[in-house]
Amino acid sequence: MSTYQEFIQQNEDRDGVRFSWNLWPSSRLEATRLVVPVSCLFTPLKERPNLPPVQYEPVMCSRANCKAVLNPLCQVDFRAKIWACNFCFQRNPFPPSYAGISEVNQPAELMPQFSTIEYIVQRGPSAPLIFLYVVDTCLEEEDLQALKESLQMSLSLLPPNALVGLITFGRMVQVHELTYEGIAKSFVFRGTKDLSSKQIQEMLGLTKPAAPGQQGRPVAPQDAAASCRFLQPVHRVDMNLTDLLGELQRDPWPVPQEKRPLRSTGVALSVAVGLLEGAFPNTGARVMLFIGGPPTQGPGMVVGDELKTPIRSWHDIQKDNARHLKKATKYYEALANRSAVNGHSIDIYACALDQTGLLEMKCLSNLTGGHIVMGDSFNTSLFKQTFQRVFRKDYNGDFQMAFGGNLEVKTSRELKVCGAIGPCVSLHSKGPSVSENEMGVGGTSQWKLCSLNPSTTLGVYFEVVNQHNAPVPQGGRGAIQFVTQYQHSNTQRRIRVTTIARNWADAQSQIQLIESSFDQEAAAVLMARLGVFRAESEEGPDVLRWLDRQLIRLCQKFGQFNKDDPTSFRLSESLSLYPQFMFHLRRSPFLQVFNNSPDESSYYRHHFVRQDLTQSLIMIQPILYSYSFHGPPEPVLLDSSSILPDRILLMDTFFQLVIYHGETIAQWRKAGYQEMPEYENFKQLLQAPLDDAQEILQTRFPMPRYVDTEHGGSQARFLLSKVNPSQTHNNLYAWGQETGAPILTDDVSLQVFMDHLKKLAVSSSA
Amino acid sequence: MAVCRRHGSGETRCSFEFDVALRFSQRRRGSLSALLFRMSQQGYVAAPPFSQAQPGIGGYQGGFGAPPAQPLYGHYGGPPQGFNAPPAGMMKSPPTSPAGMPPSPVSSQYNPSVQQNGAHPQRYASPSAASPPYGQPSQSVYNSMASPAPPTQQLANQMSAMNLGSYAPGAMQSHPPPPTSSVAQQHFQTPAPAMGQPQMHAAPQTPHMASQNQMSPPQSPLTNMPASGQSMGGQPFPGPPPSGQGAFQQHGTGPGAPSGYPQQSGQFGGLMSGPQPGMSGGFPGAPGGLAGPPQKKLDPDSIPSTTQVIEDDKARLGGQVFSTNIRGQVPPLVTTDFTVQDQGNASPRFIRCTTYSLPCTAELAKQCQVPLASIIKPFAKLPENETPLYVVNHGETGPIRCNRCKAYMCPYMQFIDGGRRYQCSFCNCVNEVPVFYFQHLDHMGRRVDFYERPELSQGSYEFVATLDYCKNNKPPNPPAYIFMIDVSYTNIKSGLVKLVCDELKTLLEKLPREDGAEASAIKVGFVTYNKVLHFYNVKSALAQPQMMVVSDTAEMFVPLLDGFLVNYQDSRAVIYNLLDQIPDMFADTNESETVFAPVIQAGVEAFKAAECSGKLFIFHSSMPTAEAPGKLKNRDDKKLVNTDKEKTLFQPQKGVYEQLSKDCVAQGCCVDLFLFPSQYLDLASMADVPSHTGGSIFKYNNFQVATDGEHFLRDLRKDLQKSLGFDAVMRVRTSTGFRATDFFGAIYMNNTTDVEMAAVDCDKAVTVEFKHDDTLSEESGAFMQCALLYTTISGQRRLRIHNLSLNCTSQLSELYKCCETDSLINFFAKSAYRAILNQPVKNVRDILVNQTAHMLACYRKNCASPSAASQLILPDSMKVFPVYMNSLMKTAPLVGSTELSTDDKAHQRLSVMAMGVEDSQLQLYPRLIPLHNVDVSSEAVPDPVRCSEERLSDSGLFLLENGHSIFLWLGQASPPDLIQSLFNVPSLAHLQQEHMFTLPELDNPLSKKVRAIISELLEKRPNSMKLQIVRQRDKLEMLFRQFLVEDKGLHGGSSYMDFLCYVHREIRQLLT
Repeated sequence: MSTYQEFIQQNEDRDGVRFSWNLWPSSRLEATRLVVPVSCLFTPLKERPNLPPVQYEPVMCSRANCKAVLNPLCQVDFRAKIWACNFCFQRNPFPPSYAGISEVNQPAELMPQFSTIEYIVQRGPSAPLIFLYVVDTCLEEEDLQALKESLQMSLSLLPPNALVGLITFGRMVQVHELTYEGIAKSFVFRGTKDLSSKQIQEMLGLTKPAAPGQQGRPVAPQDAAASCRFLQPVHRVDMNLTDLLGELQRDPWPVPQEKRPLRSTGVALSVAVGLLEGAFPNTGARVMLFIGGPPTQGPGMVVGDELKTPIRSWHDIQKDNARHLKKATKYYEALANRSAVNGHSIDIYACALDQTGLLEMKCLSNLTGGHIVMGDSFNTSLFKQTFQRVFRKDYNGDFQMAFGGNLEVKTSRELKVCGAIGPCVSLHSKGPSVSENEMGVGGTSQWKLCSLNPSTTLGVYFEVVNQHNAPVPQGGRGAIQFVTQYQHSNTQRRIRVTTIARNWADAQSQIQLIESSFDQEAAAVLMARLGVFRAESEEGPDVLRWLDRQLIRLCQKFGQFNKDDPTSFRLSESLSLYPQFMFHLRRSPFLQVFNNSPDESSYYRHHFVRQDLTQSLIMIQPILYSYSFHGPPEPVLLDSSSILPDRILLMDTFFQLVIYHGETIAQWRKAGYQEMPEYENFKQLLQAPLDDAQEILQTRFPMPRYVDTEHGGSQARFLLSKVNPSQTHNNLYAWGQETGAPILTDDVSLQVFMDHLKKLAVSSSA
Repeated sequence: MAVCRRHGSGETRCSFEFDVALRFSQRRRGSLSALLFRMSQQGYVAAPPFSQAQPGIGGYQGGFGAPPAQPLYGHYGGPPQGFNAPPAGMMKSPPTSPAGMPPSPVSSQYNPSVQQNGAHPQRYASPSAASPPYGQPSQSVYNSMASPAPPTQQLANQMSAMNLGSYAPGAMQSHPPPPTSSVAQQHFQTPAPAMGQPQMHAAPQTPHMASQNQMSPPQSPLTNMPASGQSMGGQPFPGPPPSGQGAFQQHGTGPGAPSGYPQQSGQFGGLMSGPQPGMSGGFPGAPGGLAGPPQKKLDPDSIPSTTQVIEDDKARLGGQVFSTNIRGQVPPLVTTDFTVQDQGNASPRFIRCTTYSLPCTAELAKQCQVPLASIIKPFAKLPENETPLYVVNHGETGPIRCNRCKAYMCPYMQFIDGGRRYQCSFCNCVNEVPVFYFQHLDHMGRRVDFYERPELSQGSYEFVATLDYCKNNKPPNPPAYIFMIDVSYTNIKSGLVKLVCDELKTLLEKLPREDGAEASAIKVGFVTYNKVLHFYNVKSALAQPQMMVVSDTAEMFVPLLDGFLVNYQDSRAVIYNLLDQIPDMFADTNESETVFAPVIQAGVEAFKAAECSGKLFIFHSSMPTAEAPGKLKNRDDKKLVNTDKEKTLFQPQKGVYEQLSKDCVAQGCCVDLFLFPSQYLDLASMADVPSHTGGSIFKYNNFQVATDGEHFLRDLRKDLQKSLGFDAVMRVRTSTGFRATDFFGAIYMNNTTDVEMAAVDCDKAVTVEFKHDDTLSEESGAFMQCALLYTTISGQRRLRIHNLSLNCTSQLSELYKCCETDSLINFFAKSAYRAILNQPVKNVRDILVNQTAHMLACYRKNCASPSAASQLILPDSMKVFPVYMNSLMKTAPLVGSTELSTDDKAHQRLSVMAMGVEDSQLQLYPRLIPLHNVDVSSEAVPDPVRCSEERLSDSGLFLLENGHSIFLWLGQASPPDLIQSLFNVPSLAHLQQEHMFTLPELDNPLSKKVRAIISELLEKRPNSMKLQIVRQRDKLEMLFRQFLVEDKGLHGGSSYMDFLCYVHREIRQLLT
């Protein structure tokens, strides 16, 4: 067997799974002692160009509470045409269609390379995709113009049969009818009144007055005809909608001085959710909310319209001074849950210089798998390109989005599911494999993912069931099956099944093996997710303390040291990077709110808990490349010592892409050397990071903020705040030296962090 | 017989005397007048024919007289017809009838009489026929009878020769010589007694006489004595005191008066239905009647005539200048054309009072029961030849006001201390004169700048208001008009929506504007609605209007502001586009349910959002039954009529509308409602808001574009172009001793003093009742100041001040002399119409009659010279008061008839509540203009004749209008040439349906003249009136007849004559 590195890579490529431990401890106690739980990052729709879906339905275990899908790990009796479920050991006959099965004629799902397989099921009518634009009109003229153009452009990106709808809002909420002739018609809702879904549907004329006796019957989706007025196939209303968007005016209500415009985001969303709920329940739909400021009235209001009362800051929240916070959050949570139940996802595109209330609204996207995009203005390429990228297509020409996902996790008996962290909501499916011990969204073995894309990644946490005195027998393998049902963007229903297995190991005798099976990258991300999840509900310092404690315990467990001798401390290769990740995680905006607004924190956390491992790692520890005349570009330490006058640095923090010109380079650039033919090489040097940046910009979603700065530039703060402050104004020895740039901060540097860590790890009292 | 004569104290006496059978025809009067002139100046003495104690009469009395008093009374309360019936019956009843009449018990008596009503035909007898027989004799009698009135100063102006002429007929027929009777006999063969005439007069009368008398009571001639200074003694009146006693006795003898009522009313109630069949029966009989001899013609000319009074006043004061420089000066009648010169008191166009001499004490006021009230029409339109109100601007300090009572600077403020201080005439507080306002006083103690300052020399003027007087201390925005069109199935189908939309295109060019302004500052907005509301964005920048649907009717709001209320000039193209599209957009609608309260709410919200005041024009078709606030249900229940619960039919249905009114007023949102119902739509509820916000209610039953379109459009045009003030608050301040206690009108009262009106236009009047606080001084008089804070059509805040000074008197006679009937009736109408919200209609009628009797009795007791009790003596200023009162009681809301639609009743009730004196006068006494002998060469409109069937003639053409309806009545024997000139058809029979609503435009003098008259009337009245052409004995004639107010009511209610008799009886009862 090759190295674990390769194994991990292979697994990730094939199944989209990365486990923190690739050997599993055989008892609960041992598992607990490993500090990092048995858990994995799972990317349900990982792009698998080489995985053609099969056109039949999966074969499932007949045991009612198992229903595991036939997989390569199952024992098959080809002669008896019977297979044994590897989760519940139920023996199942093959269905009649499998009559011709034999050792040499195996269905795909039994082949080992198909540990991940995708089925296309022909169940139910295929519903078109639905896009409902919810547009804030309280924007500056220029912003609105840009937004209108983006929206008009997006019409051409939609599949022609997709249904579109338009809701605009400001002080009022308008639902536009799209099939008008002559006078444009819209239904208007008061921005301050919370309406029930039923009321909304009545007011929109979607419900016929229920005949007596039919009361209480849910509105049948057949009513789609009626709702057609609001949701129309793109190809039919293209013109109307383009005109409508073109004529869209800024909110016509005057905004007095010292007031914010009245923005009824809450009601607008409620109407959008209500409309879809009534017309298209359980069908993939995307509500796209475009806002240019915080909700200022009605339910879900985040801040009053008085400009003199600023929007809540972390400081206010800590002091319990944020008046609307709880109420608004509760309101949006309720909406998000309703929306999630129906499989509709909500995107938020928030473009404003100030906060827009993402803190309160984040759950809309977090629970429904929608995107959150935060920018300064709709008139920036950040927004425009990001928005375009929502409609990216894959190599098959299908949208890279899937709807109405449902992830079920099945485990073999030795394991139980503790929970998941990611853009999902619990489906409250209790089963034998559900653990009492919740981590993340727990208490269930099924989650709803209203919207998925190939990079959507969940952290799934497990627990070993067996008690210390009755460990899992050696040589066995534990298995986990992920069953993901979803609506493909081409409207097919599909089921993707991933079945993985890992060996059990006795932690006492095989601790080295276990240690070497440690995937520190995955572990760092999984621990970070746990931390971020906690941070949502706990005080920041508590989370940090918890993280520190976990790290120390891990180091104590796996470090090699002499008691009370910090200098003797060593970590094996498989753990060597882990403390550094933790160091940067502690400093990251996911856990540190200092210098970030509540909205920014929400935004960062939103992306952190859904991106795949690579992106997540970049978020935790940004990547720094250095360009110089001395050689090809090289990754350098994320450290202040890397900031040198004759280098150009390119930093990727996922959210920002910073190109930093060192002092000398900046002077040269200013002097215009790059213009001179004799300094062609300088020009090339300048160009190199730009090209690399461009490459990243091309693929990243959401598009990062692109910063081009130089030594002493105000925007250099983006870089300076990220690097390890190894040289500060405090450590005097650095002063006057030519190397690196001192950072004016009181933050501890990695060195100090490590010193403390070692000290604590080796301390016998700890 | 009735004898009328001018009495020295300025009253009208009508004494009904049984024995005198004389009647004076008009033709005779000429000769009489001379005599009368000399003899009595002022009193009308009508001597009713009933006085005798004849056998026949006895029976009559039995019926009518004593016991009757109560029955009659009950009668009034209840279905009025019972009461009328008897007399009518008598008059017309064939000779056989008498049998039934006599001594039989009351009830039985009436019944037959009712049947006899059928005899109407006789009415058709033209008066002329009757004339010859009438009484010359009376003249002589009169002469002899007339005793010189006491030389009380009678204002010359009160009496005119005309009066004499009209009322001249026999002064005191009481003692008329037999000849009279003989004459009379012919006429009145039937012994049917008219009113229970006590045996007032000497027994001598022959039976026939008696019988005749009975018939004739109404005729009782009224004499108008010339105003000449001489006064004739009151004593003249025939009725010797004893007779009067007799009358009283009868009353007394009647069954326990009070207790008796209810039963009787019940009886009469039963009768109600009777009369109508009778009526209808009457018509066919008419010809016969005509042919027949004018048997028992009563001379209606003998009782005070409204037209006469009007003409007299016109002749006396018409075209003259009325200077308001004298305190307590009684202005000309509303019907008279005159020019007002403001010299310190508000023009009567702005304020009229029930009396211009207030009683000094509360006791006195209580004693006479004359209501003390003013009818204030703050925005009355001034004729072109009168100076518009001056606008005074005191700059930033704002108007100068008394520190204590906050009265505004006015001519009544007394400057003292060399001009440094002034004493408020309302509260007597002494105030410093602000430095900038200081001015020296002249030798008269008057400020030197007296004539330069309107607020010192004028009765009415305006102040520019400062920000303190504005809402939120912000200058108001120009007002807005919102057009809200019901686009439910009914309105689409009837073509109304298209009609409105088309009309608005041109009409909007003519929005009212400030004098001299280039364009109107008023903004316009459009809403259509059925179950949901559609707002339109008509911003000028748009290529197409945009529709915004609001279906949240539970909590109404306005979806947009900018683009909703726009300047018409700027957005004309978009508005045109919209108005073109609206009818098409809903052409296929099948939505028949509507909402209503949310529509008004939407208007309020729009104004709130735009921070302006304004007016809603709502075009609505049906009862709002859609699920929304203010949803109404059909609660029309004819069974409630004439029960204690009838009031509920007038009360609005829900609290929603109450709150809505409040909101509207708070925001200055006036609602004008145009209703196009095809059935009951609960107008009482729907019109609640308009009637509290200074709005108007227009109603077009079964609207059809072809027949009602023009009528409606005229209303709309008039209404839209009216000048008005918005968001108004009115406060009436008075000098010490009395104060305003009650207010009637299309107003809203949040507290007891501030009259709030969302808008007030030139036709809306507020009637204010005053009560004493203390004693008033004859010397200093009484002052009132009406201050109206409002926003002009261009959005300026102004204060309009009207000042009026009144006399105070401790003499009742003086008080009566200064009364004004038209104002009184306005007050009574409004108070009665309000009262029916809280008590049974019957009670209200009782109260009205009681108070009428009381007022007149008080006069009789305290002011009139002693005379026979049988004489009905009316103060000159009130001599036609009974006819108005009777008319009022016959109006739809008060008559208690199940025949009339509940909505119509409610409509009339609410319209009258907002009326000024002029309109209420016309409403209660329509103009009946004879056209058949019109002088086509003259400009003038022919003089109206009395509103009675008797004035019609088969060969005549009459125009009748009351401010709401206009009829052209064509006698069945109308000369074909007239018909030809008017309609271009050879005869009446050729008239087709399409002729029944318009007059063709023909090029001949008569057609031109008639059309000119009609259009002039239409022009003058606040409402457009639908012209209806009625042929005699068409079905439609019933409608027309309703307006002949001197006759017995079609739906109940007595004739003028009967009423007079009844009141007379009441008075006598009171005087015992």
